Amino acid sequence: MKAPLSWIKDYVNLDGLSIEEIARHLTMTGLEVDGILLVGLPKPEGEKHEFKYEGLSWDPDKFVVARVDEVMPHPNADKLVLCRLNDGAKEMIILTGAPNLFPYKAIGPLAEPPKVAYAREGAQLYDGHQPGQVLTKLKRAVIRGIESFSMICSEKELGISEEHEGVIILDGDAPVGMPLVDYMGDAVFDISILPNMVRDASIIGIARELAAVTKRPLREPEGAKLSRGTRLSELVSLEVRDPELNPRFMLGMIEDAQPKPSPYWVQRRLSLAGMRPIDALVDATNYTMLDTGEPLHAFDYDLLVRRAGGSKPAIITRVAEKGEKLTTLDGNTHTLDDSMELVCDSAGPLSLAGVMGGSETGIHAGSSRVLLEAASWNFINIRKTISKVRIASEAGWRFSRGVHPALAEYALSLCLKRMAEWAGGSLVDGVLDAYTRVQVDPLVRLSEAEIVSALGAPIPLEEAEDILTRLGFSCRIENDQLSAQTPATRLDIGEGIIGKANLIEEISRVYGYDRLPATRLSAELPAQAGNPKLDMEERIRDILVSAGLQDTVAYRQTSPEREARLLLENAPDPALEYVRIKNPITPDRTVLRRSSLATMLELLEHNHKFRPGLAMFELGPVFLPVEGQLLPDEALRLTIGMTGTREYPTWQNNKPEQKDFFDLKGAVETLLKGLHIENVSYRPAQHLSFHPGKCAEVWAGEQKLGVLGELHPLVREHYEFESGAVLAAELDADLLLALSQTQFNHQPISSYPFMVEDIALIVPEETPAAALEASIREAGGKLLVNVRLFDIYRGEKLGEGKKSMAYQLTYQAQDRTLTDKDAETIRNRIVRALAKEYGAVLRSQ
Amino acid sequence: MSVLEQLEQEKITALSELESAQTEAELEAWRLAHLGKSSRVMQAFSALGSASKEERPLIGKSANAVKVALESAYAAKNEAMRQLALAQAVEKERLDVTLPGRALRRGRLHPLNQTLREICRVFGDMGFQVYRSPEVETDDYNFTFLNMPPYHPARDMWDTFYTEKEGVLLRTHTSPGQIHIMRERAPEAIRAILPGTTMRYEQLTARSEIEFVQVEVLVVGKGITFADMKGTLNDFAARTFGKDARTRLRPSHFPFTEPSAEMDVECFVCGGEGCGVCKGSGWLEILGCGMVHPTVLEYGGYDPNVFSGFAAGMGIDRSTLMRYRVDDIRHFRNNDVRFLEQF
Repeated sequence: MKAPLSWIKDYVNLDGLSIEEIARHLTMTGLEVDGILLVGLPKPEGEKHEFKYEGLSWDPDKFVVARVDEVMPHPNADKLVLCRLNDGAKEMIILTGAPNLFPYKAIGPLAEPPKVAYAREGAQLYDGHQPGQVLTKLKRAVIRGIESFSMICSEKELGISEEHEGVIILDGDAPVGMPLVDYMGDAVFDISILPNMVRDASIIGIARELAAVTKRPLREPEGAKLSRGTRLSELVSLEVRDPELNPRFMLGMIEDAQPKPSPYWVQRRLSLAGMRPIDALVDATNYTMLDTGEPLHAFDYDLLVRRAGGSKPAIITRVAEKGEKLTTLDGNTHTLDDSMELVCDSAGPLSLAGVMGGSETGIHAGSSRVLLEAASWNFINIRKTISKVRIASEAGWRFSRGVHPALAEYALSLCLKRMAEWAGGSLVDGVLDAYTRVQVDPLVRLSEAEIVSALGAPIPLEEAEDILTRLGFSCRIENDQLSAQTPATRLDIGEGIIGKANLIEEISRVYGYDRLPATRLSAELPAQAGNPKLDMEERIRDILVSAGLQDTVAYRQTSPEREARLLLENAPDPALEYVRIKNPITPDRTVLRRSSLATMLELLEHNHKFRPGLAMFELGPVFLPVEGQLLPDEALRLTIGMTGTREYPTWQNNKPEQKDFFDLKGAVETLLKGLHIENVSYRPAQHLSFHPGKCAEVWAGEQKLGVLGELHPLVREHYEFESGAVLAAELDADLLLALSQTQFNHQPISSYPFMVEDIALIVPEETPAAALEASIREAGGKLLVNVRLFDIYRGEKLGEGKKSMAYQLTYQAQDRTLTDKDAETIRNRIVRALAKEYGAVLRSQ
Repeated sequence: MSVLEQLEQEKITALSELESAQTEAELEAWRLAHLGKSSRVMQAFSALGSASKEERPLIGKSANAVKVALESAYAAKNEAMRQLALAQAVEKERLDVTLPGRALRRGRLHPLNQTLREICRVFGDMGFQVYRSPEVETDDYNFTFLNMPPYHPARDMWDTFYTEKEGVLLRTHTSPGQIHIMRERAPEAIRAILPGTTMRYEQLTARSEIEFVQVEVLVVGKGITFADMKGTLNDFAARTFGKDARTRLRPSHFPFTEPSAEMDVECFVCGGEGCGVCKGSGWLEILGCGMVHPTVLEYGGYDPNVFSGFAAGMGIDRSTLMRYRVDDIRHFRNNDVRFLEQF
C-alpha cells in the first residue's frame, strides 16, 4: 500500500513529527515501511536513516507556483509556444511544447490564467525526455532562436508520475509565488500490509493506527447523508440470490454529473498511491476505495436502461451459469463456472463480483447518471474465483482478504458526496440496501490477570481500555473486567479465547513491545533426552571432515532426466515413482530427488575443473514414494564423491597420482571404523552406474550398507569430466546410524615385546584378499595382533594364474615374551590352514 | 742418537705432521705411521726387551708418554676435523625456508551446517532439545493445523510448491514440526528447536532461494509468557551476536502466533551506524516469533486455557549470508569448492 503523507494528514494531525518518526511509528504498530518516496519534501537531515529514501526534493527557491497570463505563438516553431509567466517575483517569457497549453494560444491575456508548477534556472529535476528517472539541472539554452532557462513542469519532471504528455495545471486556488514544496510537497510510505491488517490497506486505517499510537484524535471524513427516500427504488430494483456469497449489496445514484477531471490534488494523490487518474467520477470511486478500503463500482445508468429495453433496470447478484462469458474492463474475456459470483442485470452479467467490472456497462466520458455499487462478498469465494480467472485488481486484493460489510454504507456515502463535489452532479433520493447476513462483531472480555499471564507484565485495564478505544473498540470496565466491542471496520477479532489473544496483541503492540519486560523461563524444564540420531550424523560429518573431505548441502529438487544421466541408457526409467512437483520453478527441477549419487556427480562435474583433486560428501534425504502411503519415505543417504589427483601438484611432486577405487574405499573404511560398525565386508557387485570390475557392495553382517565404485566408462560420457577415475559411494545413512556404536570394548596395550615376520604365499589369482586375510587371522589366533599386506607379485616364475601375497605379521602376547618357537608354531598353523583352504604355497625366501 | 732422543724427536716430528694433515685419509695415514705397529713408538715398545736393565724403565716411561701425547693429539685433531666436516655439511643442507610447505588436506563443514551447529549448541545450553520432522508434508500440517484453513489469506505469505498428490506439498516452513512434536509430547512441557530444510516457490536470484534451512524454536508449558519469549530470545541474541547486542521486537503477523513479532538485532557489521548489510537502517531482521495461537495449541493437543507457549523461526541461510557478507544466496547450494573452502 502506497500512502501519501499529505493524505494521512487529512485525518490525523502529525505536526511535530518528522517523516522518519512517522515511519518508525508505522513500523512499530505492525505497518512495516519498506521505503519512503520523496515527492518534493526534503530528506531528513543527518547521515543515518532507518528507512530507505528515494525520489526528488524540490528546492523551495527553485520550484514555485506560477501563473500563465498569456500564451503566444513561437515565431519559428509550430510545436512550441511562448508563455507570459508570473512567478510571484517577476514576469518573464517561457518556452514550452506542452500540448495542454495550446488551447490558450493566441487568445490574448487569459481571464482565468492557469496555475502551473514552475522550475527556475538551476533547478534539479528529472529529465522528461529520457526513459525512467534521470536527474538533470536546468541550464540556459537557445531553442529555435529563443533563450530558455527555466520550465513549466510535467508530473514526470517532478517525480509524481510517468506522465509527460502535458504540464501540470494546478487547482485555481494555488497561491502564486509559493514554494512548490510548501504547496504540495509530499512523501509516500510504501507499507507492507500483513494478512490480519487488511483494514489498514486504507488511508483512514493507517491514520487510525497513527492516531492510536501517538495519542492524537482521528478525524474521519464525513460522507453524504443517505436518505431513506424511495426515488431510487423507482429507478432500479435489487435482488441478492446468494446472501452467503454476497452478505451485503448497496446501490446509490447520482445524476447530472458532468464530464470533467477531478481536482488536481486528487489526481496527484491517486498517482502517488499508484492509480491512474481518469475523470472525476472514476477518480471518486478509486479515491474512496483507497480512503476506506471498500472497493466500489460505478455503472452508467443510461446504459443499463438501454440494456433493459427502456424499462426499469434490475440488478441481480447470482452465481454464473457454467460456461457463461464476461469481458472485463481489462479487455479479457473469461469463461465462468457456477462457483463465481456475478453482478447482473436482466440482460446478463455486468461484472465479476468483487474482482473486476465488465467492459460494457462501466462509466465512461459522458456518463451523467451513475449507479454506484458498494458491496460485501464472501472472501473465500472471491479467492477461489481469482485463482481461477487470474485477475489482479485492487478490488480483488481487498475483497479476497475480507472487507467488513459496514464499510459499504460508509464508502457509498463518501463516494456519492465526492462525485457530486468533483463532477458537479446531485444525489438521487434514497439508497437500496440488501444486508441480509448482518456481521456480528465479537464482544471480548479480558481481565488484568489474563493480560499478566499472557504478557508476563501487568498493563493496567485503564490503559488497555484507552488503547482499544483509540483503535475504535467500544470499551467498558466492570468488576475488574474489560469488555471490548469490536468496531464495524475489521474482521480479524475472534470469539472467546481467540478473541482474548487477539485483544492482547492489539493492546501490546500499541502499548509497545519494547516496554514489556524480558524474563528467563521459570517453568520447569521438560525431561531431558538427547537426540542420538543427530549426534551420530554430526559424528559422520566430523569423521569425514577430519579425513579431508568437504561437506556439502544439496538441492532436493531435480528432474528425472538429470538423474537418468547415471544410467547407461541416459533416459529416465518410466517405472520409477517420483514425488512430482505440480508447479515446478524450472524444467530441470520437476521432482524431488531419488538419487543422491546423481547429485554428487553433478557436484563433481561442476567442481572438477577448479581443483586438481576433489573429495566431497553429502548427508541428506532422498524421497521415495511408497505405494499406499500419502507421504514419501525420506531416506537419509551419505554420499561420497572423489576424482582427480590424490595430492595437489607441488614443487616437490608435480605429477601426483590419480585417485582410484581404493582411495574411495579407504574413506568408507575410515568412516565405518570411526562409527565402530562391526562385521563389515566388501563384495564384488554389479551396479547400473559403475564399472563392472570396480564396484563393491559394503555389508555389515547381513545388512547392505551401500555401494561404492568407479563410474562406468559409458556413464562417464554423459558428464563432462576430463581425465582420471570418477569415484562415488552411496550409503544408507539411516542404517549407518542404527549400526554405529557409541560403546565398545577397548583393546589392552601389551607391555611385552612384539615379534615381526614376513611371509609370502603363492595363491591362485582369483583368491580374494579379504578372504585370505580373514583366514590368516583366524589361523593365527589371538597372538597374531596385526596382519599387513605389503606386496602383491605376479611373474613367470610363479606360473600362470598365480599371485604372491606378502604379509607382515605381528605377534604379541599380553602376559609373556614370545619365543621363536611360539612364532614358528603360529606360522606353521597359518601356512597349513591356507594350504588347505586355498592351495597356498609358502614362497621360498 | 739415543733411543730417548729418538722418541723425543718422533714426538716433535709427529705432532708437526699431524698439524698439516687436512683430510680424513691423511689423518688415517698419519695414525698408521705414528701409532701403527711399525711406528717408532710401537717399535720402541717392542724393542724394550733388548734394552739394558737400567735403560728399560726410562725408555718405557718415555715411550708411553709420547704415545699418550700422540693419541690425545690425534683424538683432538680427529674431533676438530669431524666438527669441521659437520659444519660444512650443515652449511650445504641449508633450505630455502620460504618455499611452500606440504599442505595437509583439510575437510570443512559446509557454512550452513556450521551455523546450524552453533545455534543447536546455544539452544542446547539453554535446555532445548532438537526435534526433526519430514520435508514433504500434508496441507493440514503445513497450513490448516497452523490456523490457516483452506483459502485463508495468510497462506499467501508462503509461495508453495505443491506435489501432484492432492493435499501433499513441500513444507514452506519448519512450523509443521510444531504440530508433530506437540502431538507426540502432549501434555508434557516442550522446550525444543526444530531445524530443517524448507522450500518455497520463489525466483532463484542472488537474494531468494527455493530451498533453505530454517530453525524453529518452540516452548509449551504452563505459565509461559511474552516476557519469557523476549528474555529467551535476547539470551540467544547475546550468545550469538555478543553480550551487548541490542535487540528490538516489532509487531508482525503470523497466523500461528498471537501476538506476533519480528526480532531485529542491531547490525553487527556497523554496530547500528547504518551500512550496506543493514541497508542503512542499523537493524537486521533475524527471526519471527510470537505466542503460540490458541488454535494451534488445540490442534497440538494442549488445552489453551491451561497451557501457553511461544515459537520463533529463523533462516539459517540468511543469517549465514549476513555474517560472512555473502552476496549471492545461491552459493550455499551450488557447492562451488572455491566458495566452500573459505569457511
